[in-house]
Amino acid sequence: MVSSFLSGLLGVWVIGVSTIDAFEFEDEVERLRYSGLIAEFRCPKCLNTNLSGSDAPVARDLRRTVYRLVDEGMTDDQVRRYLQARYGDFVLYDPPVRANTWILWFGPPFLLLAGILVLRRIGSRMTRVSLSDDERARLEVIRKQ
Amino acid sequence: MKRAVFFAPFIGFIALVAILYAGFHLNDPSHLPSALVGQRFPGFELPELTSGKVLGHQTLLGEIRLVNVWATWCPTCLHEHTTLMDIRRATGLSIVGINYRDDGEKARRWLSLYGDPYDFTIVDANGDLGVELGVYGAPETFIVDADGIIRFRHVGDVNDGNWNREFLPILDSLTDG
Repeated sequence: MVSSFLSGLLGVWVIGVSTIDAFEFEDEVERLRYSGLIAEFRCPKCLNTNLSGSDAPVARDLRRTVYRLVDEGMTDDQVRRYLQARYGDFVLYDPPVRANTWILWFGPPFLLLAGILVLRRIGSRMTRVSLSDDERARLEVIRKQ
Repeated sequence: MKRAVFFAPFIGFIALVAILYAGFHLNDPSHLPSALVGQRFPGFELPELTSGKVLGHQTLLGEIRLVNVWATWCPTCLHEHTTLMDIRRATGLSIVGINYRDDGEKARRWLSLYGDPYDFTIVDANGDLGVELGVYGAPETFIVDADGIIRFRHVGDVNDGNWNREFLPILDSLTDG
């Protein structure tokens, strides 16, 4: 009862996010895999929309292709490789670590690390500053003025 | 010295911003790098536009060819068409058309109206060959060598500028080798 309600909800959600293509699926698992995959790939034409959200003809073609590949029994990884081989890294929102993407992956952590190091240096220098008795006495005089 | 260390992350940040800003101008983000250069032209069995004869990918073999993806719904293709006619006239290079997601009747009318630079035109009515080629718009133009290997891909129209700058050097290197 609860599970049928949940899958009903899920069904509504799936229809909600994807543009409607009339595809027949063998079972619910295939339907979910298909929905997951088309939400995952970037539409090559529209720069920042995924396949499921795009109305571009090429997105429609790619949805049909994903459907066919899932139907033919490809695993999710095989489908990813298939599209990547034809459309390049661009269709993957999650770019692979390569020579030309290293700054993307390691730039921000590097900056964070550099920032932490500098903060620690400043911090340690601050604690190291201690006044001699003489200096303390002068400070008191200045503060009382 | 300490001062330099203190400013290092800030300088690093400015450098990163500069690099990313330059990235906006490096290349048009709508031009995707091709994953297909160096790969074999994908297999297909599709009809020819005027004869209706079914062609396979072996029809591409034996000659260096330009493979041009076009459609009548694509205004840039019309603009590009005269350049293709000129290239065909001037070089005698084999040009093959892929009529992409188009209406056959309109496509035939287009060719009789504006001239036909193509040796033959493959009809890809539902875009399946387009997917195999990683096509995401029209026009796109490939250089395919005599062994059926894709050597170059250009997205957008072929014009005098990119023809001389990009196509000719690759065609020259193919004919020399």
